[in-house]
Amino acid sequence: MIINNCKKIVGGSGEGPAIVTAQPINFLAMVDPKTGMITDPKHDLHNKSIKGAVLIFPFAVGSSVGAYAIYSLREYGTAPTAVVCVKADITTSSGCAIADIPVVNLPVGAPVIKQGAIARVDADAGKIIVKD
Amino acid sequence: MQLTRDEEEALAGKNGEALASAYRILVAIGEATGAQKLVPIKWAHVSGVNYNTIGDAGAQFLDKFSRTAKVAVRTTVNPMGYDRSHPEDISSRFQEKQSSILKSYERMGVTPSFTCTPYEVFSIPQKGTAVSFAESNAAVFSNSLLGLMTNKESALSALASSVTGKAPLSDLRMEEARNPTVGIESAYEFGNELDYGLLGYFTGKVVKDSSVAFGGISRLSTIEAKALSAAIGTSGSCGMFTLGDAKEKISFGKKEAKKVMDELNTAEEGDIITLGSPQLGMNELDLLARLSEGKKFRKRCIIFCSRAIHDQAAKIGLAGKLESSGAEFMCDSCTCLTPYVSNEKYDSVVSNSVKGAYYLNNSNKVKVALKDFRTIVREYVE
Repeated sequence: MIINNCKKIVGGSGEGPAIVTAQPINFLAMVDPKTGMITDPKHDLHNKSIKGAVLIFPFAVGSSVGAYAIYSLREYGTAPTAVVCVKADITTSSGCAIADIPVVNLPVGAPVIKQGAIARVDADAGKIIVKD
Repeated sequence: MQLTRDEEEALAGKNGEALASAYRILVAIGEATGAQKLVPIKWAHVSGVNYNTIGDAGAQFLDKFSRTAKVAVRTTVNPMGYDRSHPEDISSRFQEKQSSILKSYERMGVTPSFTCTPYEVFSIPQKGTAVSFAESNAAVFSNSLLGLMTNKESALSALASSVTGKAPLSDLRMEEARNPTVGIESAYEFGNELDYGLLGYFTGKVVKDSSVAFGGISRLSTIEAKALSAAIGTSGSCGMFTLGDAKEKISFGKKEAKKVMDELNTAEEGDIITLGSPQLGMNELDLLARLSEGKKFRKRCIIFCSRAIHDQAAKIGLAGKLESSGAEFMCDSCTCLTPYVSNEKYDSVVSNSVKGAYYLNNSNKVKVALKDFRTIVREYVE
């Protein structure tokens, strides 16, 4: 499956297993930078790691310092390889811009990407290739 | 987004790696918010000062960044992790790490304000002035009550605006987004600042737009507006409110308020009382001093405020009054993520702040008894 017309927010490309949530993420309060694990027991990605994954989520919420939390993931080697948002927010965009993590927005009406499917995000070309 | 030739060159690295990074950030947030261009700003307020929030990676980033980057506009900064005149409880490791971060900011030429309420300390530019505020309570308060125009910036995007003097012309920097289409209709009797905090936290969660209108509320005191702004900023992406009605209506009542309390009020009692998230201003200090006059706090009570506000309060005898009631002041720091309030020392704290409660529960990992100012005084001052 190929999803075209993804808006490029931060350029580059990355591949990995898709980790998908419909819930927003607070990068400062919910993610352990040393492991990349989601630590909030109320989040549906609780105890899952975003390390090396294509992280698919609506947008970030909460602290403005979340941008540094994203940068820390890169420094600890626990960052996602690419980020796909419904609507990328300022925290996600700025953190990923400094951490060199490609970011795209999904186009309206994009098909669902399955949990664990191998996805390749090419932000510069504005597309996501999902391997079946 | 269109860049000018100078901006393109800076992005390509002509003026050094730090400015190139800053423009990379501005381009990314410009694309994310649908901006056509960058515009000049008059004031940047940067978060990411407390070592507990940015960690080693952040400290190293700032060390490198500050070697070549300088502020281009007035730049104030958020609280750090502790008060340097009260280092007693703070490990020497933490002090060293914090000191490295401060040096980086100093090198860049920031104003060492260490406050999350810059709007209570500094002169306010004319209405309609574009600024770049990272601290979310400051962004919401300044958009909503002072007529300044800022998006809800991140620590890194405000830093990028500080060193370039620019920000994307988008979202809450344009009139259209400042006229809410979603409103919260309150069928609720607001009795105190905590009630407004509950409303704000609910609002942040349910409103996905950049601005929201509050119906059924005709006026707000500064104390209430601060609590409301801080709570909106904590739970969501909304960055501004107005008072009045909007086309689409969402209702807020007892049930919704209780749901927020169920999430954040995790204790009945606390080992200590912490006040100041956002840092307390003169209004709150005055209220607290009047309520506790001639009496004593039964538990340790820490008041977090900016040094500027503390010094003002000290001059007019207000700080002395509170200290004679047993309250302690910690300047330059705040409730959230400070090592003063850690789960090694305390199981639970009492606070009136919804924002504080969110971070105390989730980051400091202590339980919180949420009570308003008057209830705290009634229960813990005698």
